[in-house]
Amino acid sequence: MHLAYPAVLAALLFCVGLYGVLARRNAILVLMSVELMLNAVNLNLVAFDVWLRDTLHSGQALTLFTIAIAAAEIGIGLAIVLAVYRNRGTSDIDRLRDTAETDEAERLPDTAEADGAEIDGAETAPGRADGKAGKTKKAEATT
Amino acid sequence: MLHTAPSLLASAAGDHPGFLSPSGVEIAFLLVGLATLGAAVITVTTRQLVHAALWLVVALGGLAVEYLLLTAEFIAWVQVLIYVGSIVVLLLFGLMLTRAPIGRSPDADSGNRWVALGVALASAAALAWVVVDAFRTTWIDLDGPVQGSTAVTGAFLFRNWVLPFEALSVLLLAALVGAIVLSRKRDTDTSTGTSTGTGTGTTSRPGTPGKEAQR
Repeated sequence: MHLAYPAVLAALLFCVGLYGVLARRNAILVLMSVELMLNAVNLNLVAFDVWLRDTLHSGQALTLFTIAIAAAEIGIGLAIVLAVYRNRGTSDIDRLRDTAETDEAERLPDTAEADGAEIDGAETAPGRADGKAGKTKKAEATT
Repeated sequence: MLHTAPSLLASAAGDHPGFLSPSGVEIAFLLVGLATLGAAVITVTTRQLVHAALWLVVALGGLAVEYLLLTAEFIAWVQVLIYVGSIVVLLLFGLMLTRAPIGRSPDADSGNRWVALGVALASAAALAWVVVDAFRTTWIDLDGPVQGSTAVTGAFLFRNWVLPFEALSVLLLAALVGAIVLSRKRDTDTSTGTSTGTGTGTTSRPGTPGKEAQR
């Protein structure tokens, strides 16, 4: 078999995963795209291992390790996404701007609520912000 | 390892045909690869979140078939078991627990999708060009003994790679514990933190009734 077939397929799959990571908004879809990128790397490892006929079979061993690390990564990632969803009520990546340093990020309502909850509690934030700030404060107080 | 590569390259370039007369394995690899790539593209572009997870099954299953065509049997079955069997199920559970909409969601793509498309197309063109230019005259010799059967995999994994394998099991244990700690309900560990909770409860009295009312 020509080596260019699996190599080109792996490169294209990696770029499809790259597009998904950059363009998707839901965090779970981003995790799916990360899985696509990891699989592209696995295909490269297997193809080059079969081509080189390595006596240690490093490529296949590393593929198995990558699959196991991907399983661990998806478990931790989904746990983080679920914790964020439970605290914030959303899993969209571009709404999580608490640590952004741009000016328009500071004017977003989400960051204002989070700042109010961190500094002096729920009683200063009025209206709708009261509920979410209290929710964040609850998560912090019971930790 | 390094000294076998040029000899393989030289011997493989001499007695193999070019692109114009592909073998049966190459045709199968090409067709399955096209299906895999199409499923991957649908996975990252569809607006229905559950369909994205189901198309991911097709892409990962196609990759398992590619591993079989590359004579790596054990990795193909591990791929089917772990990726298709557990990771996609985990992703579906995650979509369900975050209350993903079943139908078409209009905001599945963020605002920078055209920038992302440009970056992905540029990197795809660059990578494909470099890879084709580098491996234009190399062939994989798929004949001979199978290189990825279960016996061979067990031999090299538990003879040469047993120490990283054990380290990997420790990593899996750490990931398991971490996932449990991260996804545990916050209400269950108030009993363990009562001594500190009473201290903060007296100081932050005005916040407490609102917290209880919301709960």
